[in-house]
Order: sequence, then structure tokens, then C-alpha cells
Amino acid sequence: MTLTLSFWRDSVFSRPSKLGSLTAMRIAFPFAAIVGQDQMKLALSIAAVDPSIGGVLVFGDRGTGKSTAVRALAAVLPQMAGADCPYHCDPARPDEACEICRSRQKGKRAQKAVALPVPVVDLPLGATEDRIVGSLDLERALSAGEKRFEPGLLAKAHRGFLYIDEINLLEDHLVDLLLDVAASGENVVEREGLSLRHPARFVLIGSGNPEEGELRPQLLDRFGLSVEVKTPTDLKTRITVVKRRDAFERDPAGFTATYAAENAAVRDAILAARNRLGGVAVPDETLEKAAQLSIRLGTDGLRGELTLMRAARALAALQGDGAVLWPHLASLAPLALSHRLRRDPLDEAGSATRVERAVGELEAA
Amino acid sequence: MNRAPPAANDGGHLQNDIIDAAALWSEAVFALTLFAVDPGIGLRLAARAGPVRQEWLRRLRAMLPEGEPFRKMPTGVAEAALLGGLDLAASLETGQPVLEKGLIASADGGVLCAAMAERMGEQAAGLLALALDRGMVTIERDGISRQAPARIGVLALDEGMEPDEAPPAALCERLGLWLSLEGADPRGSDDLGLDADEIAAARRLLAVVRPDEAAIATICQAAMAFGIVSLRVPSLALRAAAASAALAGRDRLSESDLETAIRLVLLPRAVTMPPMPDEPDEEPESNEAPDTAPDEEDGGQMPEDPPPPEPEASDEHDTADLEPTEDTAVETTDAALPADLLKALAAMARPPMNRAGAGRKGAFAARARRGRAVGTRPGDPRRERLDLIATLRAAAPWQPIRRKERAERTPDLLQRVLEIRSSDIRIRRHRGKSETATIFAVDASGSAALARLAEAKGAVERILAECYVRRDRVALVAFRGTKADVLLTETKSLTRAKRSLAALPAGGGTPLATGILAALDLARASAREGRTPLITLLTDGRANIALSGAAGRPQAIADARDAAKAVRASGIAALVIDLAQRPSEQAREIAAALGATYLALPRADSKAVSDAVAAAPRGPAVAPAGRR
Repeated sequence: MTLTLSFWRDSVFSRPSKLGSLTAMRIAFPFAAIVGQDQMKLALSIAAVDPSIGGVLVFGDRGTGKSTAVRALAAVLPQMAGADCPYHCDPARPDEACEICRSRQKGKRAQKAVALPVPVVDLPLGATEDRIVGSLDLERALSAGEKRFEPGLLAKAHRGFLYIDEINLLEDHLVDLLLDVAASGENVVEREGLSLRHPARFVLIGSGNPEEGELRPQLLDRFGLSVEVKTPTDLKTRITVVKRRDAFERDPAGFTATYAAENAAVRDAILAARNRLGGVAVPDETLEKAAQLSIRLGTDGLRGELTLMRAARALAALQGDGAVLWPHLASLAPLALSHRLRRDPLDEAGSATRVERAVGELEAA
Repeated sequence: MNRAPPAANDGGHLQNDIIDAAALWSEAVFALTLFAVDPGIGLRLAARAGPVRQEWLRRLRAMLPEGEPFRKMPTGVAEAALLGGLDLAASLETGQPVLEKGLIASADGGVLCAAMAERMGEQAAGLLALALDRGMVTIERDGISRQAPARIGVLALDEGMEPDEAPPAALCERLGLWLSLEGADPRGSDDLGLDADEIAAARRLLAVVRPDEAAIATICQAAMAFGIVSLRVPSLALRAAAASAALAGRDRLSESDLETAIRLVLLPRAVTMPPMPDEPDEEPESNEAPDTAPDEEDGGQMPEDPPPPEPEASDEHDTADLEPTEDTAVETTDAALPADLLKALAAMARPPMNRAGAGRKGAFAARARRGRAVGTRPGDPRRERLDLIATLRAAAPWQPIRRKERAERTPDLLQRVLEIRSSDIRIRRHRGKSETATIFAVDASGSAALARLAEAKGAVERILAECYVRRDRVALVAFRGTKADVLLTETKSLTRAKRSLAALPAGGGTPLATGILAALDLARASAREGRTPLITLLTDGRANIALSGAAGRPQAIADARDAAKAVRASGIAALVIDLAQRPSEQAREIAAALGATYLALPRADSKAVSDAVAAAPRGPAVAPAGRR
């Protein structure tokens, strides 16, 4: 038993520094080296430019690089300034600060901000509810009998991304919980003398394989964008994918280094787009088009329209355009709207095709 | 013949049998050597427990370097045991959180051997898949957050016998080598068993083996020619080729390495067979080819022909249907494969291993797990079963605090050994207790079809949409001519349901009894999995084909009545939707024999139909017949 204890002691009380070395053990495949899958990369970039679009759902065949793309995202995200608290609060938004930061503000202590990587947190299958929302600090509780809150994954993911692979396998009560927090931006913990709330704003990214069971329709529409990924069927592309994968597995560090410049270019584009985002105009004409499109497709509620506008604005910013125009809407409509359509078993064509059809009709009109 | 291995066509000759058995064994030993050189490739071993498998496993153990972990993963292993978590006893005893190392992490650097992998749950498979993808496990449970290295090789022992028994797709996909021990016999073979030292030498060489571009292209081409969609598979094949080269002492891949990889990684999961070069006389396996080729063609061009009632339709197969481009792509690339490689393939062509299992395990394996405990969550033990261990685990960290609190509040009382509060209570979750499966048996005969089949399709589609919202499962049987076809085995996937419905063919006689019995088979299978099946029979009741396949109304009706009684006797609920122009006596009689609710389509607008399905009694059929 002593052996087990000493082996695991570090781990139980792991601090970021110790975790760091383990994480480094596994280098992520470079974002820029992902072959094809443009829609998925676009959706992720848009979410990086404007996190308020409300999450990305990636559904598709096995072995298409869904999780590779999401895990690669971390490396192309620009760093952020964060306070020195468990939630790395945004110093620029004191109104959203956690209790620790608030008490510091009151105390007029100077807020220290540090540059931090944007968190991309993996929610592993088998995660328990207490680790997601946070729970009692085990070490303190057992050794000192002290009651202290230990932040969970939601805290870790604050201001970043929370990724759930195989989201259709995640237990329903956990999916509900996540969507709830994602919508409210706040995590509320109520448990036997542990009562607190902390900010938890994150972009939820889910991926899965529809053949293993579909997501409840109520959940689908909670995601901002949805992408359907397919395995490339063109031999050349497939060879390139396998070749790069092989090169990466042989020498992760070296392979990643060769894509450093391209990854940096993606990062710069995201940063530039964020700076431009506020200045992108949304003409009334475009708003009207978006409304027409939603009506034509019969999407319920305003959520789809709103997401479409936001995503189109982020796209315009990414492309360096000053205003949101019809082409931006048209190219993003399938991503923003297709998962909000009522599933119609009578229609052989997929939802994305229906959206494209509606876009075409509207263009012709 | 019946005892002959699949590759032996001339199984009547005893001597050939022996030779083949020995050859198959050598092949099996070769595959296991590759796995020993690079366990990360993964191996799926289809074999029943027995001396042959035991011998194979013994060889494997002998080849693996000493000190490398070899962990067994029992079926139904709990998530907590796989990942690790709080060691309850030790934590309470020491007053320190003590972690119990999970099975996956403890196999780091070695092999994790999953017993009866065909019964593995999708959750467990998902965890293994994640570990295989990332080389580590992330634990976020019981208040513990931790990552542990887990560079594991997975050996899945697949004892699946039935077509629908196969390890979960997510796992199979990540296991490179697929091997069947069927027909293999270790006796009388001079095998190429290596010892641990030789394996270690090969491993050292493996680090410098580099596949060149031509090798990558060949593997990719071959994968496409076999209709393999996933891009993970070619990568695994390359690893197998590299291991084969390292074994032979080469640092470059030769053609034989590629052949090995194609034979052991790609071929067993082949969805389509590439057309072989025109040398029928030289093709030794000509018997095998038609077995696999035709059903692919049916799958490829859907709408006109009914897909054959193949329970072995595979996932990959379905995916190919989804993407018409895939088929054309496959055709265009056939020419790109070197002809001599194709010839070599033809020589080694064996029917893909465990074809059925190779495929649609996704939906099926998922299915097999429903109704079991799938996890724990906080909740009320009066409604669900209490999970004692999880409850204790949840309570453990609080003990010192609570004791202190109690001592402060009521210092006179004796300390309790354990302080458990309601917030600690964990219940066991059973998935799918209320899950239902609607099995449609659609009369697609001429008499029904001409008049009402379009409407029937409409009704089915309507119900499908409802089932989808309720997350019910659906299956679809169509009967016409002399037989009943299972167009869709039970699924939750709307995509698949839609596709098979579009392909619903029509015309011919009415083998009502056959149709009912086919639906009953599906319903029974579903009930065995712990779900509540409901048979929805859409027919005009005009049976004219007997169970034997002979035409003749009286016998056909008698058979149908017997079949209906069998359904009733099984206690499976049913609903009859009359497709006849006017409500027919025959359909009502069948409904009575089934003990089913009866609904005439003229009144059954789609809403009434879906309401009826929603309201239909589940469990023993008690509904009165003849409701109007």
C-alpha cells in the first residue's frame, strides 16, 4: 500500500507544473497540417473569433480526424490575459469576475494578469459529475477535515473550449448539465455547506458518429454551428492524410515544427479577425436576407438567425471584409441552420442539402 | 466439408485439411508475432475459447519481453476499475486520498487483453479508444483529476458466434490485425515462433523502419479498393507492414511486407472485393468470390432491388451507400493497383473474417448493453437501485468534516463510524428500461401495394419521425412474393431507417405468415436485449402464400393465423393497420389472432397511426381486437 501511495501521491495533489510535463508528453497534431475538412476548420476558427456563437457540433464517420482537429485547436489560439485565480478571470471584464477576484478588487489590491494559453479541456468519457462541476478538495477534507471547494472541469474550461468526444455516448444528465451551464455562463454548486457560483463561459464542442445513435433533437439546436464531416474519397487526399499521420507519429516534435509557421499564420488570422470583429457592419439588407432564409426553412425561434448573423460577421472579419454580405450568409447557412430543421424522414436529401436548396432559391429570387 | 476451414474448398480431402490447418496456424502465429513486435497495432482475435486459442495466447506471452504488463480486462468491467479512482478502504484508513490505479493505466507499456470483447459495452470501448488515440488516460472522477500514461496494445478476444455479436465498432476500428483461428491447428506445423529476444531485436529495428511514399500509396489504394472508408485503417496497415519489415531485419518495406499488411489488416475488413485479373483457371478461391461480391452490388445501387435479407450488412457498407462517390472512386482506383498485387490478393482471398461482425456492430453492440447498469448518479434510492460502493466513495472525503461537526454540535453522543448524508446517495442507472422497439412488418405484395403502399410508407415514415423524437428503436420487415426481407435491423439511426424505407419494393404474392414470423424473430431478439418490442403489421390481410412458399389461399390464411397466435403466445404486443381499401374482415381476423389493436388505414391518418403506436400496450398483449 505504501508503494501505491508514494506513486500516486504526486498525482493526487498534482499541480499545474506536474500536469504540464505529462501533457507535453502528448503533442497535438498541428492544426495547419490537417488535410481538407475545411468546414470543420472554418467552424472552429469562427468559434475562436467569436465564442458567443454557442458551440460547434461535429458529426461524421469514424477516422475523419474530428478529435484531431479539436485537439489541434489549442495550439492556434492566441494567448489570453487572465487573473491569477482558479478561473483565470478576464481582467478586462470585472463585472464577470469570480468571488476571489472580487474580494481582491474590493481590497484594492492590484490585479495581476498573466498571459495564459486558452484552455481546451477534454471531457473524458467516464468523468463523474463532481469532477465536472467541482467538488470538495479531497486532500484537505481527508487530512485536515477542512471544507474547501476544488474547481472542476467547468472552471478549467472558463474562457476556453470544452470538448466532448462521442457526445452521443455521454450520459444524458451530464449533457443536460453542460448545456445548462454553457447557456447561463455560470456554474452553481450547492452541496452540504459548499455553496458557490463561479463564471463558466466556454465554447462547447461535441463530436460523434451518428451511426452509434443520434443526439436528442432538443440538444442539437443548442449548438451554434454543426458540421458534417466525411472521409475524403479522393485517393490523393487520402494518401496525404496517411502520410502526414505517419510522419507525425514518427517524430511529433519535428513534424510540428515544420508547421509552426503555418500554425502561426492561422493564429494571426484569428487575432486579426477578433480585432476587426467590432468594426464589421451588418447592413439591414443582410439581416433581412437572413430572416427570409430562416422563414423559408421554417427554423423555430430566432436562435438560428442570430447565430447565422454572428457567424457570418466572424467570417467577414476572418476574410477582412468590412461588411456582412450575402456570400457570407450563403456559405455559412448550412453550418448554422441545418441542425435546426425539423427532421423530415420523407425527405431523402439531408438537412444540409435542404439549406443549400433554400439558399439557391433565395439567391435566384 | 462442414468441419473444413473456410479456405479449403476441397475439404473432402483429409490431407488438404491438415495442411490448411497447419498453414492457418502459421498465419496466426505470424500475426501474433507482428502484434508482439508492435502491440500498438492492436489485434482482434476471433476464436472460441479452447486449446487452440490457449496455445496461441501462450505463444504470445512467451514472446512479450519479461516485465511488460499483460492485463486481463474482464467483460462488464466497471468504468471505475478501468480508469481508476478513489481507493475507498485505503483512503478511509489512512485519512489520505489514495488512488487505485485503473486497469488501462496499469497496462501502460504492455498489453491489455479484453476477454469476451463481443460483450464489451460501448462506454468501455470508448475509454479504450481514447487511450489508444492519446496514449494516456485522463481521470476526472471522485474528486480526482489526473492524467496517466497509457501506451497500450489491445488484444480483443472476440468469441462472437452470431452475426450481430462483435466487439464495439469504435474499438474494432482501432485494432489493426484481425485474425480468425477458425480451422487453425497447431499440431503438425513447424511454426515460426520467436523468442522474446528476437522480438526485442525487431522492436529496436522498428524504430528506424520508414515507409516510403510508394508504400503509403499502395496501402491507401488497396484500402480504397476494398471499400474501407476509415483513414485510421491504412495507418494501422502501415504499422503492420513496418513490423513485418522489422521482423525480417529490413529497414525498408518490401512488397511482401505490404502484402502481409493487406492480408492481415485490410482484407479481413474488406467491404468490396476488387475485381480480380481475368484468370479464372488460376484463381483457387473462385468459390469464395461470389459469396462476398454480389451482396455488395445490391448494397451499392439501392432503390430498385430489395437489398437481400442479409443480416450481415455492415456499417462500412452502409457508409458506402451514403456516399455514391465512394463507389465510383473505388472503381477508378482499381486500375491503379498493380496487377501482380491483385493476383497475389486473389490467391490469398478468404472470406472476410466474421463478416457480419466486421460491420454493424456499432448499433448492435450498443444495443446489447441496454438494460444493464450503465453508471451511477446522485438520486433517490427509492426509485432506482442504490449503488453502495459509489455512495461510500462519495461519502468518504466528508468523514473527518462531519465527525468534527457532529462532535461540536452534540459532543455527548457517540461518534458514528460512518456519517452518510442524503447527498452522498448514488443510484445505479439502468439504461433503456423503458426503451421500446417498434418492428414494422409491411405487406409489400401486389394486392396491398397497388392500392395503399404509398400511404403505408407515409404512415411508417410518420411513425419513424415520432420514434425518433422518443428515441425508440425501429426495425423494418417487408414481405412479398414468397419471402420476408429484413430491410432494417433494429436501429436508432434515422439515417438508416430512411434509406431502407426508400428502398421498399413492392409487388407479388402475400406471404403473411412468413412476414409475421420474421417480425416475431426480431421482436424476440429485441426482448432478449431487455427492450419492449411492439409489432406493427401493415397489411390487407389477404394472405395467399403459405409458409412453405406454395400459393393457395386457405393454407396461407391458416398459416398466418398460426403465426399470429405464436406472437400472441410470446406476449408481444402488436398493432394491425389495415391497408385494404375498405376495412377488411381478413385483417381484422389476423388482428384478433394477434391479440392486437386494429386500425383501418382509411381512418388512420398519419396522426392516428402514430398515436396508436404511442398508446399501444407494451408487454403482454391484452388489447381487444376490432377497435374501430
